[in-house]
Amino acid sequence: MSLAVGIAGIGLLGPGLMGWAPSAAVLAGAVPYEPAPLTPPAPTLLPATERRRTGPSVRLALAVATEAVQDSGLPPEELDTVFASSNGEGHVITSILQALHTPDGAISPTQFHNSVHNAAAGYWGIAVGSARPSVSLGGHDGVLGTGLLHAAAQAVVARRPVLFVAHDVPLPAPLDALRPTAASFALALVLVPEGGTHGRITLAQEDSAAEASDLPDGLAALHDANPVARALPLLAVLAGGRGGTVRLPMLEDTRLAVAVAA
Amino acid sequence: MLPLRISAITATSAMGVGLAATRQALQARAGGLTRCDLPGMPEGIWIGRVREAEAIEPPAPLAAFACRNTRLAELALRQDGFADAVADAAARHGADRIAVVLGTSTSGIEETEQAWSRRGADGALPPYDFARTHDLHALPRYVRARLGLKGPCVSISTACTSGARAFLDAAMLIAAGLADAAVVGGADTLCRLTLHGFGSLELLAKGPTRPCAEDRDGISIGEAAAFALLERAGPGDQGALGLLGAGASSDGHHMSSPHPEGHGAVAAMRAALDSAGIGPGAIDYVNMHGTGTRTNDAMEDRAIARIFGDAVPCSSTKGWTGHTLGASGALEAAIAAICVEDGLVPGCLGIAQPDPSFAARIAVANAAAPVARVLSNSFGFGGSNCALVIGRLP
Repeated sequence: MSLAVGIAGIGLLGPGLMGWAPSAAVLAGAVPYEPAPLTPPAPTLLPATERRRTGPSVRLALAVATEAVQDSGLPPEELDTVFASSNGEGHVITSILQALHTPDGAISPTQFHNSVHNAAAGYWGIAVGSARPSVSLGGHDGVLGTGLLHAAAQAVVARRPVLFVAHDVPLPAPLDALRPTAASFALALVLVPEGGTHGRITLAQEDSAAEASDLPDGLAALHDANPVARALPLLAVLAGGRGGTVRLPMLEDTRLAVAVAA
Repeated sequence: MLPLRISAITATSAMGVGLAATRQALQARAGGLTRCDLPGMPEGIWIGRVREAEAIEPPAPLAAFACRNTRLAELALRQDGFADAVADAAARHGADRIAVVLGTSTSGIEETEQAWSRRGADGALPPYDFARTHDLHALPRYVRARLGLKGPCVSISTACTSGARAFLDAAMLIAAGLADAAVVGGADTLCRLTLHGFGSLELLAKGPTRPCAEDRDGISIGEAAAFALLERAGPGDQGALGLLGAGASSDGHHMSSPHPEGHGAVAAMRAALDSAGIGPGAIDYVNMHGTGTRTNDAMEDRAIARIFGDAVPCSSTKGWTGHTLGASGALEAAIAAICVEDGLVPGCLGIAQPDPSFAARIAVANAAAPVARVLSNSFGFGGSNCALVIGRLP
């Protein structure tokens, strides 16, 4: 069983990868990769009060979502959305856990509502004034493949464009020791049932683990440093423009084959 | 959407372990909320605790998943012949053609909370299996492995709509052809983050929650696990229990307050009715989100009245179970199934009359009535809304 969708917009943020257009040559192997520290930008779409309340995970998600939607030229408030993150709002959850273990145990109400996994989706809805349906997924190390298949299926079934946003930032101490994530990384794709200015992809779930990816040195390290960066082999093929098939991890016994049309 | 047959369904909450106990509690109007006796929780509150789950252990090969959420999920999976029904479906469709789509808001974070209090002098946590407990994917991974399934595995976390969204998203995956059947539902367990979080928002009731009461004073938090097996409906399934429609929307308004006029709630209910291809007149009972807070219940009343006026009986069953958060949509789908099977409209528990300012027809006593279709509402933080239509297949 396979599904085909088009890509109408791309947003990308990672260390040394500041947006899709500036990164395409690096991903295609034409320009060497140079890592650089990444600070997720403050989301200017949000009113100042809401903007101050957003943490790195939400900011990363909103930045790539904005880039992908602008690239697509589609109205943001008309897009159904699928958000996917493995660590979610780990920063907020960690500070709540810290507060719970202080003598008075008081936690901040703003932090509590910001701790939900769908915080990024909620802020996106507020930012663009969208009433469209939105879902937020987890997925551990398979979060990118699981989310991409889910979003593509939704675009095909509903025959509407879907904004897919995958975002992960490192967990703070002490959780980082149990769930190491060495870099921040986020990707957004506007998936469309027909057409697609960035080409079309065909997705199929397969019954085995994903094999190691073939990437330049620096990018191979980044690939392993963040579950959303497992998208790098796919992005390299998209940037190369020659088509090809990559396999993304889902579970120990499952992977997602993504064929990019030449 | 194409209607799906609910081939099996089960629920475990403070009102009962399994469907028979849940049904009995519903009919007898016997709620499951008790005074909170868990350590380190806000003072003077009531909770919906499932004590029976606390002694349950997962099967040895899956021991690494052991945590409060897994124990509750495991207890629920053992009820109502659910695992056998899934095994039969796997034999019919193939294990790789059955998806697992489950909602949770906090997964096994209670395991991290326990580990936190045992941190070393350097602040480091003692070792435990973070990926199989705290991580959101732990729940569907556990259920998929426990039931021997090989299809798509999806964890949904949209706060208090998670369990309802699982039904909607699984229906989408089946429609896309990625699966022929799906195990759907949700599990959420009591933890300090959630109870103190709602405490910080001053939304916790002093006694058992009393949704739709004029003097309602907030939420009681509960825990629950509920699962359903969805399959494409066939020609012989007319009159059988099914998922007839599902709809969702976003508020785009505020992170924790619903839009006061309930625009998002109205949109989700209308989308669910459209998805089922029916009008409001085809609904016999609305199971409200009805958390018992001042603002949620008032907003939901206005939203329901805009669609149904005062024509359809409505109630919240959270007086029995408490608000079970990411499991509530799945738990209330199981309650809806009981209402259809028994011809029962349950009235809100613990209130003599509804808030007189409410415009919808709020039921406060149980009534026997034909119930062919139930609309079940779920709303959550982040402005997430979802409504399901559960009823007899056409």
